[in-house]
Amino acid sequence: MKYLDEFRDPELARRLLREIRERTTKRWTLMEVCGGQTHSLLRHGIDAELCEVVELIHGPGCPVCVTPVELIDQAQRLAMEPQVLVTTFADMLRVPGSQRSLQETRALGGNIRAVYGPLDAVRLAREDRLREVVFFAVGFETTAPATALALRHAIDEGLRNFSILAAHVRVLPVMEMLARDTRCRVEAFLAAGHVCTITGMEAYHQFATDHHLPVAVTGFEPLDLLVGIQACIDQLEQGMARAVNCYPRSVESAGNPHAQRMVESVYEIADMEWRGMGLVRQGGYRLRESLREYDAEHRFGALAVTDRLPIVGSSIAPSPPAVCLSGDVLAGRIKPSACPSFARQCRPEHPVGAPMVSSEGACAAYFRYAVAEEPWEGG
Amino acid sequence: MMNDPALQCPIASSVNDHRITLAHGEGGRAMRELVRGSILGWLGCEERFLDDSVELLSHSAASAATPLRWTTDSYVISPLFFPGGDIGRLAVLGTVNDLAVGGAKGMELSLALILEEGLPLSTLQRVVESLAQAARETGVRIVTGDTKVVPRGAADQLFITTSGIGISLPWTIPGPCGIAVGDVLLVSGPIGQHGVAVMAARDDLGFVPPPTSDCASLWPAVAALHEAGITPRAMRDATRGGVAAVLHEWSAACGGTMRIGEQSLPIRDEVAGVCELLGLDPLHVANEGTMVIAVPPADAQRALLALRRTTVAREATIIGAVTARAGGPVVLEPSIGRLRVVDEPTGAPLPRIC
Repeated sequence: MKYLDEFRDPELARRLLREIRERTTKRWTLMEVCGGQTHSLLRHGIDAELCEVVELIHGPGCPVCVTPVELIDQAQRLAMEPQVLVTTFADMLRVPGSQRSLQETRALGGNIRAVYGPLDAVRLAREDRLREVVFFAVGFETTAPATALALRHAIDEGLRNFSILAAHVRVLPVMEMLARDTRCRVEAFLAAGHVCTITGMEAYHQFATDHHLPVAVTGFEPLDLLVGIQACIDQLEQGMARAVNCYPRSVESAGNPHAQRMVESVYEIADMEWRGMGLVRQGGYRLRESLREYDAEHRFGALAVTDRLPIVGSSIAPSPPAVCLSGDVLAGRIKPSACPSFARQCRPEHPVGAPMVSSEGACAAYFRYAVAEEPWEGG
Repeated sequence: MMNDPALQCPIASSVNDHRITLAHGEGGRAMRELVRGSILGWLGCEERFLDDSVELLSHSAASAATPLRWTTDSYVISPLFFPGGDIGRLAVLGTVNDLAVGGAKGMELSLALILEEGLPLSTLQRVVESLAQAARETGVRIVTGDTKVVPRGAADQLFITTSGIGISLPWTIPGPCGIAVGDVLLVSGPIGQHGVAVMAARDDLGFVPPPTSDCASLWPAVAALHEAGITPRAMRDATRGGVAAVLHEWSAACGGTMRIGEQSLPIRDEVAGVCELLGLDPLHVANEGTMVIAVPPADAQRALLALRRTTVAREATIIGAVTARAGGPVVLEPSIGRLRVVDEPTGAPLPRIC
């Protein structure tokens, strides 16, 4: 398929794999920040191909996975309210809250609908003005502009029955947190191309300099990732630390100023609790004070969480209790397969932790793209 | 907040084991567990298995040379009309296909309609006329029926159940348990079209041109195999759960590994594009006019030629082979990288966020 096959060319991939192996003098540790990168690396077997020269550690870049439990619970409570319809992205539906998932709440009568984008939620609000439509806004800097745009539309149309339960998170602050963590073994980052398409490269240059860590901003196809890995390896071998744009067909140095302005007009940066990771300074967005009436947490104040459930260690297991080390998985401290519940109590159909749910989740990727272990004996 | 009982939802603490969710109806592992683990047990079925279609054992001995097959299927789909088909057409072709992959030509159908209060009569007319057209095309007769109306909200517009009786060709298809190491795996056409078409239509995704369902009768392809003197080991229309669900079921039945090649999978550009965009695997996406076939290796090329002579299977392709159990039930040879496991679909494919 055009615009896809070019970036999956097996011959070019083999050449890049060979070059990376040849240029490497020691085994380097790289973190791919985004779940989409993890899936592509595993789907195409790049991690296994390079395992002798590069250790690839997945990062926390799965927005569905890091959405706080209490916001998921809050969305479920809103969905049980009469006249309230909660809308969100489909892969949010199966993520376990403290008791159950949105999908299970729907089976119990909760009014929940999956949408493909926030403008669909605005349309639902327009179609029935007696119904309160809440958009459970999950995602990184990539999706925040779309939510901001949707809210602008709702305001312009005078839709007073539309509100947002904001769970937008920001990637760079969590990379900062990881870089400062003394337990973190990461020597270079593969940064998420789609996030940088919005934010631009500037902050990443500063990050690379501040922490003396090479950064390669990559796309999500095999060749994109191999070029990014190569850019990191080259810098590591030469002792350099710069941020390199390996996804120029999407990322521009200044990012997308229009989208940035849209986000700024609606959101302000705030500290944010990341599921499994704890509080991340400046790690998310909240609606501006002037737009409080569109903030679902404010509008449905009677339901607001006042006594939020503490996150105990990194365990986020709902009942029945099962060990879940998703906090360690999200921070790249362990591989999903090191969790005792992985592929046992925790499987895609019965996820214990959020990373097993989402198509962006690291545990789901490791489960789904497990390398066939035994040698094939057929002809 | 959760410590305050007044503010908790008045619901049971764990519903996963007690309530039906949509995942139980999507043809993957959740559905298999519901049917085999619960329903068949409550029915008292000792085999813990109900095939998609069966030979009618009580049929008179005089006609033993042409045994009858029987199947039943319910159709619930939103939207009722989608590019390439509608619920009426589906209700005929789906049942005809269940018979066809059992080796029988559909002859007579029952038709049960459940209508929601308020359904426009014009919608019902469109559906039934389309159903009648599909019946004419496939040469089946609607011979008995039933109609019920339920209050608004108790059904989503219109549900259809059809049962079908067909006449088996004079052959004995061993079925999934008869699949052997070395057998070749084919699909009768490009995969994933129906699921993508319905998803795009349901959520008005605005793809231009809109992806089209593969909704079609598989009988001509089955008949072509028979005419060519080929007895497949097994055939299955790859509906909910897609090709991956069929291969997993076959692996469980025969104990072998289904090994397929990524580059040999026939996938239309528009399906590949939608799946890339939404984070779906075409192997997990439903088909309504595409089947998976296992044939002995000596028959593979002839089967391919026979299939390709029919319209419905003109793009038939060999996708892999059965090996001794190694690496997992279903494994995929990717174009880049190492052999990997193809997971069994678990529930509805959920589009991803970004």
